[in-house]
Amino acid sequence: MDTSINKDVITRPEDSLGRVITSTINATSVRTAGRIRRSYRQIRTENVFRKTLIIVSLCMVVLILGILFTLIVQAFPSIKALGAGYLWGKTWDPVQDVYGALPFLLGTLLTSFLGLLISLPFSFAVAIFLGEYYPKGWLPNLLKNAVELIAAVPSVIYGFWGLAVLIPMVQSLETKMGVPPVGYGIFSSALVLSIMVIPYSASLGRSMITMVPSSLKEAAYSLGATRWEVIRSVIIPYTKSGLFAGVLLSLGRALGETMAVTMVIGNTTQMPHSIFDTGNTMASVIANELGEADKRVYNAALIELGLVLFFVTVIINVIGKKVIGKFS
Amino acid sequence: MESTIVKAVNYNSYFGDNHVVKDVNIEIPRNNVIAVMGPSGCGKTTFLRGINRMHELIPGATAKGQIMLNGEDVMEMHPIFVRLKIGMVFQRPNPFPNLSIYDNVIAGYKLNGIKLPKAERDKIVQHSLERVALWKEVKDSLNKKGTFLSGGQQQRLCIARAVAMEPEVLLFDEPTSALDPISTSTVEELFHELKKNYTLIIVTHNMQQAARCSDKTAFFYMGELVEYDDTKQMFTNPKDTRTQNYITGRFS
Amino acid sequence: MSAQIKYRIGKSAGFQGLTILLASSCVIPLVAILLYIIRAGITKINWSFITNVEKPVGEIGGGVAHALVGSLIIILMAAIVAVPIGILCGIYLGENRNSKLAYWSRLSVDILQGVPSIVIGIVVYIWLVKPFGYSAISGSIALAIMMLPIVVKSTEETLKLLPDNIKEAAYALGMPFHRVILKVILPCGISGILSGVMLSVARIAGETAPLLFTAFGCQFLTTDVRKPMETLPHLIFKYAISPYNDWKDLAWGASLILLIFVLLLNFFTRLITRKWKVQL
Repeated sequence: MDTSINKDVITRPEDSLGRVITSTINATSVRTAGRIRRSYRQIRTENVFRKTLIIVSLCMVVLILGILFTLIVQAFPSIKALGAGYLWGKTWDPVQDVYGALPFLLGTLLTSFLGLLISLPFSFAVAIFLGEYYPKGWLPNLLKNAVELIAAVPSVIYGFWGLAVLIPMVQSLETKMGVPPVGYGIFSSALVLSIMVIPYSASLGRSMITMVPSSLKEAAYSLGATRWEVIRSVIIPYTKSGLFAGVLLSLGRALGETMAVTMVIGNTTQMPHSIFDTGNTMASVIANELGEADKRVYNAALIELGLVLFFVTVIINVIGKKVIGKFS
Repeated sequence: MESTIVKAVNYNSYFGDNHVVKDVNIEIPRNNVIAVMGPSGCGKTTFLRGINRMHELIPGATAKGQIMLNGEDVMEMHPIFVRLKIGMVFQRPNPFPNLSIYDNVIAGYKLNGIKLPKAERDKIVQHSLERVALWKEVKDSLNKKGTFLSGGQQQRLCIARAVAMEPEVLLFDEPTSALDPISTSTVEELFHELKKNYTLIIVTHNMQQAARCSDKTAFFYMGELVEYDDTKQMFTNPKDTRTQNYITGRFS
Repeated sequence: MSAQIKYRIGKSAGFQGLTILLASSCVIPLVAILLYIIRAGITKINWSFITNVEKPVGEIGGGVAHALVGSLIIILMAAIVAVPIGILCGIYLGENRNSKLAYWSRLSVDILQGVPSIVIGIVVYIWLVKPFGYSAISGSIALAIMMLPIVVKSTEETLKLLPDNIKEAAYALGMPFHRVILKVILPCGISGILSGVMLSVARIAGETAPLLFTAFGCQFLTTDVRKPMETLPHLIFKYAISPYNDWKDLAWGASLILLIFVLLLNFFTRLITRKWKVQL
């Protein structure tokens, strides 16, 4: 029996703890000797693979830091020149070099919160419908897929449809209300956003509701509660934070939405005074003007808007995810 | 060839700061069936998994001491080499779900990128399946997925997979605890056949299985190797009171 | 039965009715949009629509060929960048629950998922367009950054769901770490990973905002990735807000094509998740 292995002139690889491999098993056959040589190679590849995984994960952290850093650096000229007054300045006039972001902050907040508000009854209804009343069956499954499809439709298509269909409808509404029938504006944007934002709180709400332990529900039923009372006094309190996280996720989505809003909001830079006014959101003004911003402070002011948008959406999303994390 | 194939010398295992296996010294002779028994949590499975270096796959798990395989210290080698010589069969049968029966048996070669000519592959598959008394049952359905077999057949497939690697030692971690009684006895019959070519170390929760199948038995209690003797001796005349208590069912 | 109880039962039934009403009315806008686009777009699609490129306003026979080709190229490039990186990161996060790097990496991916697409467009604009000009490559990079969180998360979730004993069996056969992952774990989880990839492609196929300042747009059919390139969503945007009716017509046809593409991807994702799921 051949009991010696071919200790070739190969450098000893290291194991995953960094120790150089100093010994191996004595080969009891030629086949084993071949396997041992191959195993040396495998150990080296294994180390390379492990290191690659670490590098790639590091890249994610570097990417986020890079995004943040780039935004800050590029917005800096505006931060330096305009200071905090930027955030409550009411006039945005690039020609005169006046940059006040309040119209856009207001536009963003109005469209997002109004859109969210309009969507909430519907998304909660879907969540309760699918989570509690009809969790199984082909018809509820159809609804579930339909709601998920809402999220799949590209935003530019929502914007185009809003342009073609919603705006004339809003115009006739405005005529009935005695308001100038522009059609474009904050209200129309809020309407489009409310549709787009339904799936996020609906699907999260649904999964939260299905996680309510049946023992709790049974306890309430056995005390003679009706179904609505079980929902109101058992399910909703139990899923409160989860539902709230779903709302946050929807809000984050609405705040960052660009295309659909840009096409429907009217793109004016004055302070909006009513929801039927035209206006701009932070995202839409960036979309409209960044390509042509030639002056340094103008460019930086727009990027500063991007920075604000970044912080706001990131904070909302992280809070939402942390709340969900408590449940998983 | 020496008659001792595996020897543990002052072997200790830890999960973090938890000292789970304490100072084990044991010599295991070639071509024997060794049963390792003891109550839950006594460290027997941890000890077994230390022999083929599976213990350290768990984050925070460490081990000290020596485990000699044919005179070479397994703790000083890269685990890949160790597992070429020491195979393992697990409590729940775990054939690879996306591979056929044929591919499962030679998975050790195929998934490691070792290319063998078809004739040799066929020979290994047939030989391994014969060794576990599965060849006749599956030889016409080698291309079916492994997960369609019954529990007992799946476990024998896993043994065949380990045997195909031509190890010297086979470790079994409670191999029949997830199987029905008929499959259990089929697997137990195999132990008798397999020991002609391999050395078997079997962790078992089932005292009767240890008494039925093994040549020597090791009794673990609270992380220590309390007694190690020929099976007949241990079950008729145990030397330590703890062993006595365990065998007579004072605790289990 | 007392009046009180009758009232409570009635209230419960009323609430159920209200829920059914509100929930089903969510389908209305979706159906309305789909029907409208199908009706407005189907008449505009013909052979010349698909094969022609942009013509000046007023000339008949404009088409969207340049946008179709451009979208395909940019999406492909984005996927080539994002899929390997995303899967590798997902593998690391799936294998290392507790390390410090895993915590920060996971947090970064979560943050990245919440960044608005226009902000990513701004950043890629600063990195790649200011120094090198508008290009399809910069558009792909922006889209790849958007794809990453989806691919990473779906890979991580898929790997977490696989039972440990398959991995143990592979290790016990003497397999090194990279083979255990690449030859055993990934094939078992292929349906989950693939669906993550397809969902991420469906997501970016319709994205416009990041392309506004990166790939920009172009009237010609070009395959030069270092130059600006037209894409389907960007073309829809440009034509939709224009005052020209024949451009708007083209936008409807393009919208229909984009919608069908995205819906088909979603449909196939569900199919794959069901068919390729490995029986564990």
